[in-house]
Amino acid sequence: MNRIKKLFQEKKNILSIYYTAGYPNTGDTIQIAEALEKSGADMLEIGFPYSDPVADGPVIQASSKQSLDQGMTLKLLFEQLKDLRKTVTIPVLLMGYVNPVLQFGVEKFCEACAEVGVDGCIVPDLPMVEYEEFYKDCFEKHNLSNVFLITPQTAEERIHKIDGLTNGFIYLLSSSATTGKNLEVGNTTEAYFSRIKNLNLKNPTMIGFGISDKQTFDKACSYANGAIIGTAFVKAIADGNLEESVRTFMKKFKA
Amino acid sequence: MKYKVNEKGYYGDFGGAYIPEMLYPNVEELRQNYLKIIDDADFQKEFHQLLKDYVGRPSPLYLAKRYSERYGANIFLKREDLNHTGAHKINNTIGQILLAEKLGKKRIIAETGAGQHGVATATVCALRNLECVIYMGEVDIERQAPNVARMKMLGAKVVPASSGSKTLKDATNEAMRDWINNPVDTHYIIGSVVGPHPYPDMVAIFQSIISEETKKQLLAQTGSDQPDYVLACVGGGSNAMGMFYHFMDDENVKLIAVEAAGKGVSSGFSAATTYLGKEGVLHGSRSILMQTEDGQVVEPHSVSAGLDYPGIGPQHAHLFKTGRGQYVSITDEESLEAGLLCTKLEGIIPAIESAHALAYLEKMEFKAGENVVVCLSGRGDKDLDTYIKYFNL
Ligand SMILES: Cc1ncc(COP(=O)(O)O)c(C=O)c1O
Repeated sequence: MNRIKKLFQEKKNILSIYYTAGYPNTGDTIQIAEALEKSGADMLEIGFPYSDPVADGPVIQASSKQSLDQGMTLKLLFEQLKDLRKTVTIPVLLMGYVNPVLQFGVEKFCEACAEVGVDGCIVPDLPMVEYEEFYKDCFEKHNLSNVFLITPQTAEERIHKIDGLTNGFIYLLSSSATTGKNLEVGNTTEAYFSRIKNLNLKNPTMIGFGISDKQTFDKACSYANGAIIGTAFVKAIADGNLEESVRTFMKKFKA
Repeated sequence: MKYKVNEKGYYGDFGGAYIPEMLYPNVEELRQNYLKIIDDADFQKEFHQLLKDYVGRPSPLYLAKRYSERYGANIFLKREDLNHTGAHKINNTIGQILLAEKLGKKRIIAETGAGQHGVATATVCALRNLECVIYMGEVDIERQAPNVARMKMLGAKVVPASSGSKTLKDATNEAMRDWINNPVDTHYIIGSVVGPHPYPDMVAIFQSIISEETKKQLLAQTGSDQPDYVLACVGGGSNAMGMFYHFMDDENVKLIAVEAAGKGVSSGFSAATTYLGKEGVLHGSRSILMQTEDGQVVEPHSVSAGLDYPGIGPQHAHLFKTGRGQYVSITDEESLEAGLLCTKLEGIIPAIESAHALAYLEKMEFKAGENVVVCLSGRGDKDLDTYIKYFNL
């Protein structure tokens, strides 16, 4: 069974961590994955950097730029992930923009994901219609889950369509925002989370964007199967001893 | 219709709407409404009234005598430089501001390179009393200082884009991020025929007034509405698309699009997209863009801020791929020399962008009596500093 499916069947309050591959140093990708699993992360989203990340705020922009400047490429990432499954057992998704995937080749990309043991992808600027027409067969052939985002502005009909197209989870944005904005759970956000909860979607949901501490994480978990932390984690590993930074960061959520 | 957008938002292999979900409601709202709004009689009336009384259209089609002597053909200049605010950009901003009002938007954002689109946007926002935020690369803020001052005077907030090459591409990224964070009340006035569908089509429709007028003017002046050549510079490609629009289906009219070669197409400092680029996705549409093997966008270079962009609109990519348009390039130096030549011969100081189109005349061979239209997309006031430095004036 797909590792993502299994995770959602077995666990609640899932903590998923995003980080940018090749940051802070090119060779850190695997070490971070191992450290995160050891410290209790349930799922990983490894970002392959892009030069023009329009959905990202300053922190992830900067990490992407540093990673690229240091020589990171999608090809190099797949080489780094070659032995991923020797040490990492939790689900792993790749997250990035569509152009690097196009240049790598969609078919080749899916094969490479399957080969190294990647379980799914999040490609925010890949539209649903394109996915359906040109990517879906290839993703499914390689047992990859494609995760779509929804925002408070996403119409209900569209949410159901997304629910039908995906088989991993649905990525619930706390608000329409670039990454790194703080989550402010006011009445409207709560109403939105509740509305989604009551739709009884077939896919589990994860809340992301703006989760930065235990309090916002717990809040998110009360409305969804778990939450995704990105910017706050990327900030936390900017310098210092990597394993220690990871451990210290994760402690806050496991308390 | 061969070269127009299809119902899926594509021009052949190019176009589409590659946008994150956060932008979907906005773009979808536009897609569902833009043709309905534009085709409405009241909209048309107000649009054309403003183009006439506020912008000063129709812009003249001027038979340039001394150019014609020099090149041995009838060289016509389509005088977009005479528009209010000094470039073709205002044709599009007038259209989009009226559309934004119809959609009930309260806040306007835009990106700008040369500052012409920023000024044109700030102008229509002042005109219609709407809040205006302009994103502009730090490098461009420096080299187009007069336009920054104009935008501020017009009441716009100018926000510097400090990522990447700090030019047009980065300003566009910042504008898209703003739109993502303000999904309900804000309309993004994109300044060229780029971006997700329906932007390339919508901007082309607003700019098509250029070729619509040109046809009528040519007919009156030459007895035929079909020139032998039309030329225009291409940054994102909006003045070129406006100039080509009503000639696209006249297959005997040769369309020549002039890109910026910067310091030379192979110098590593260039913006000659069709020469250097490959197919891919940038700023919401599938087109041709300058990129590495890994799909990272390459930083472009051009002396002209308005052409300093690593992509072209999807419709241009289609005209290029099908061979309907001829895509060529002109270096920084050639364009500056052409700008000076135009000034000396015709008494017109052109924008450096437009000077790229003029420069290509030097490389062409004409038969006597051929009719050639060059889109003089803007005036050179904003570029005086660059001209002064280059020519030690
Ligand atoms: C005078 C002038 N011409 C041309 C351009 C390039 O834009 P486009 O290719 O969309 O016409 C600009 C852009 O700022 C401009 O100011």
